[in-house]
Amino acid sequence: MSGILNSSIGRKFAMALSALFLMVFLLQHFAINSLSVFSPDAFNEVSHFMGTFWAIQYVLQPVLIFGVIFHFVMGFVLEYQNNKARQVGYAKSSRAANSSWMSRNMLLTGAVILAFMGLHFYDFWFPEINIKFIEGDMSGLIDPNDADSGYRYYEHLQHKFVDGWRVAIYAVSFVLLSLHLLHGFNSAFQSVGANNKYTKGLKGFGKVYAIGVPLGFILIALFHFFNH
Amino acid sequence: MMNLTLKIWRQKNANDKGKIVDYPVSGISPDMSFLEMLDVLNQELIDKGEEPVAFDHDCREGICGTCSLYINGRAHGPQTKITACQLHMRSFNDGDTIYIEPWRAKAFPVVKDLIVDRSSFDRIQQAGGFISVNTSGNTQDANAIPIEKENADKAFDAATCIGCGACVASCKNSSAMLFVSAKVSQFALLPQGQVEATDRVLNMVKQMDEEGFGNCTNTGACEVECPKGISLENIARMNREYLAASFKG
Repeated sequence: MSGILNSSIGRKFAMALSALFLMVFLLQHFAINSLSVFSPDAFNEVSHFMGTFWAIQYVLQPVLIFGVIFHFVMGFVLEYQNNKARQVGYAKSSRAANSSWMSRNMLLTGAVILAFMGLHFYDFWFPEINIKFIEGDMSGLIDPNDADSGYRYYEHLQHKFVDGWRVAIYAVSFVLLSLHLLHGFNSAFQSVGANNKYTKGLKGFGKVYAIGVPLGFILIALFHFFNH
Repeated sequence: MMNLTLKIWRQKNANDKGKIVDYPVSGISPDMSFLEMLDVLNQELIDKGEEPVAFDHDCREGICGTCSLYINGRAHGPQTKITACQLHMRSFNDGDTIYIEPWRAKAFPVVKDLIVDRSSFDRIQQAGGFISVNTSGNTQDANAIPIEKENADKAFDAATCIGCGACVASCKNSSAMLFVSAKVSQFALLPQGQVEATDRVLNMVKQMDEEGFGNCTNTGACEVECPKGISLENIARMNREYLAASFKG
């Protein structure tokens, strides 16, 4: 067991575990965002619960932050090591003949997702942390002194999607996320050793997930852009 | 008959920087093998008093794994499931320009021209790619142990790996996982391989990492370019074997 992370297989196993965790998180994020289309009240209630329940805030959120940082750092570490493994390149290389663009450009798509997360944190996460933990307002209300003012989450969400450029950046980022997932979903299962009679079905499900979830996020952003 | 322009990597020795050199060749029959075409070029070079192109070859029937040419950007050339010696000139057109390069990987240093040192594969094999058998005279006949047909077939498929290194050459990360996983799998699937299973996978992966091969990112290029069609299933099996062995201690 000792030193498993020092081995190539151990590192890819850890990379895959963090990826599987992030894919589960993405799905629940998508489910909650979907509520904003069908029921602003339900979206507000669930957002308030997610933003104030101690187990989520103080246990799952740190785990999530660690998972995100680990996934990105390990991605760059692996890329660095892989580049070292071939010091002289080929004069002619026909990589498209044997592998997909997505599989060869995980660092590029990952870097775009990382940049997007900077914007996303600036839009939502930093303001939330500021209101809750710096200003000390855990009420979740638009006006903390007015109990009838209602929760602020839906209003905050709609306000962010007024700007067309922001919606465009979100849409492009989610296209890149889709490309990342089109390789990453099944790659994660392969890395943990799951390649068996269910793999064909899993690949099909992976495509549905990799296209469906990012597309859903884009449609939600467009919905709020056209309905604010 | 075909006229071609060959762009061949020439490197005097391991310390030389090396470069691509252009060689026009003419009168090439489409029915020649790729290596025969190189033989024609080399004869012309020898006749002119020049140094012939050094390249590895042995059986010339696709079973020894010696020929190791990266042809027009692909290991063993444009066809799949063949080695360079099984490639024929009919796969090219008259007037084509063909790039011929050695396998590229830190763990496969160039010895001369198109020849690379693949002894890193030998060291990985020596680290655990075997079973220890007591040959004192009362050894049990291997065929006396019943083995599931499915496992026997998969073990045989893994054992067809000829260790040519096309997987490493094709992988954008220069990963050797397809090779190592084939060698791990051929024993992991058979009862004879169980006794040393834990040490085998740990030691072979450790040696693979020490040799400087890259990490696998599951692009699948190795499977596509493998002349023997070794499946990615073997890498998943090796991952399972390695993780189980690591947790066992």
